[in-house]
Amino acid sequence: MIKVELVKLLRRPRTWISVALTCALPFMVAVFITVTHLVPPPGQGSAFLSAVLQDGALYPAAALALVLPVFLPVAVAVVAGDSIAGEAATGTLRYLLVRPVGRTRLLVAKLISVVVYVLLVVLAVTFTAYATGVFLLGPSEAAAVGQAPGGAVPGGAAAPGLAGQAPTAGQAAGGAVTSLSGAPLSLLQLTERTAGAIAFITVSMLGVAAIALFLSTITDSALGSALGALAALVASEVLVTLNAATVVQPYLPTRYWLAWIDFFRQPVFWRDIQRGFGIQAVYVVVFLAAAWANFSTKDITA
Amino acid sequence: MIITRALVKRYGPVTAVRSVDLDVREGDRYGLLGPNGSGKTTLVRMLLGLVYATSGEIEVLGRRIPRHAREVLPQIGALIEEPAAYPHLSGRANLTLLDAAGPGDRAARRTRRQRVDEALEQVGLAGVGRRPVKAYSLGMRQRLGLAAALIRRPRLLILDEPGNGLDPRGIRDLRELLAGLNDAGVTVFLSSHLLAEVEQLCTRVGVLDEGRLVLQDDLAVLRAPTGRVVLDTPDADQVAALLDGQVERRDGQQLLVRYSDVAALNARLVGAGLRVSSIAPQQRTLEEIVLAVTGAGSDQIS
Repeated sequence: MIKVELVKLLRRPRTWISVALTCALPFMVAVFITVTHLVPPPGQGSAFLSAVLQDGALYPAAALALVLPVFLPVAVAVVAGDSIAGEAATGTLRYLLVRPVGRTRLLVAKLISVVVYVLLVVLAVTFTAYATGVFLLGPSEAAAVGQAPGGAVPGGAAAPGLAGQAPTAGQAAGGAVTSLSGAPLSLLQLTERTAGAIAFITVSMLGVAAIALFLSTITDSALGSALGALAALVASEVLVTLNAATVVQPYLPTRYWLAWIDFFRQPVFWRDIQRGFGIQAVYVVVFLAAAWANFSTKDITA
Repeated sequence: MIITRALVKRYGPVTAVRSVDLDVREGDRYGLLGPNGSGKTTLVRMLLGLVYATSGEIEVLGRRIPRHAREVLPQIGALIEEPAAYPHLSGRANLTLLDAAGPGDRAARRTRRQRVDEALEQVGLAGVGRRPVKAYSLGMRQRLGLAAALIRRPRLLILDEPGNGLDPRGIRDLRELLAGLNDAGVTVFLSSHLLAEVEQLCTRVGVLDEGRLVLQDDLAVLRAPTGRVVLDTPDADQVAALLDGQVERRDGQQLLVRYSDVAALNARLVGAGLRVSSIAPQQRTLEEIVLAVTGAGSDQIS
């Protein structure tokens, strides 16, 4: 069943169009920055953006910061909101259930497919942003000096996950990238931290995904459940910045969304990251349970 | 094959199915008739475990539904209202995905391609190729829906309005297909409001009206001769004189005569030198039978 869901996800044009569009935004931003050489001053604007002119290798992080607040949650809400409601609207839900596919199984398969989708988008953004950063904005000066010539070679450079390169770049060579705290990060460290950030961002989206999935079992309108989940997010964003709502802030789904930035501090600042994982786990458990309770007892009349 | 006892389904204040005792025997070609809104679809959905009964019992293939739906459903092929498919995929890809979504051992996986080809062949879509379903005509979609019901080589077919969207040739193909499957041992249960279709295919009918099963019997019993003979004769006056007292109705050259033995009547008339254009035992049409026991249906508001 999970395999079938993945095939459906990957063979759907929408999946690839949304991935391409999500990657296009950071690319567009990079083009503007390359042409104008204007970036927000440090401490303002989107995270990392102020640093990318000095160091193109930091661009994946800047790109993730660009897509995280709106693009990514919208895409996730659409895909997760469509998961059950979309099948109900096209009528395929009833045929799946009489095949039979267990209702619980279907829900889990849908959630896994959403996770794969988020990973797909985040990885695509990371890789295209790395390529964009290195080619358009140029590698960091330190990297150019400190590294073997391979550092900027297209084939090798386009793959930050290429661990084989890391040992030669090495801790000692250091200085490839500067962390937010000012201390240098080696390529290995940068790769590890980017992987950590990817994992954290993916998990951060699971709360939205679970809310959208739950709404998707209530209505037969994919649009309704996607917008419902987004409304929940907007409400959370409003409350996060509202001083009067301090009491509830630790429990809001978006409260620790930006904690992935802490992966790029030296040393990693774990507190908010752990809390972020925790709060998303709570949302996933609660809303998945609600989705299950509703879906498994529901009359399928669509 | 299908037994329901005192089956009731209420949606809030609306009672869709009222105490239905359905009885479909192995090898039957059972036609469930009834006006729109009489509860046919709700009943079909309950048999398949999609809608949960408010009270009463359902047994399909000897097992209780919905408790044992998981064991029973793989042996059932179903068409529920309209067919449904993923529009951007081909018919073959849709069938393959649907088959893969359900439970299946290695043997099922190994025979999948063959079963899909066979089902497409059976419904006359063998040559349809890679065209996506969104380019299918209504009739092709209906055929694909039927193919989806056949890929598991079911023992029981539950088809809700299988003739929808089919042209006259399509209806005939469907009838021949279902008759052939039935001869091969498949029990066919279909709901329809196309009386002619049911009359030509089915051996047993049930009639739903306002959620009640108002009639359930073998078609042969329902259509048993009424003990009257319909005859056409140019010598209507003489015939009426000869059979004085036995003529129930006269309409130009057509007479309705109370007489149990058609052949004897024919011999008597010919013996008396009277001409007979046509002579046959009177049988009620299915239309008369159904209209006699049903109300207006939900379409008509008076």
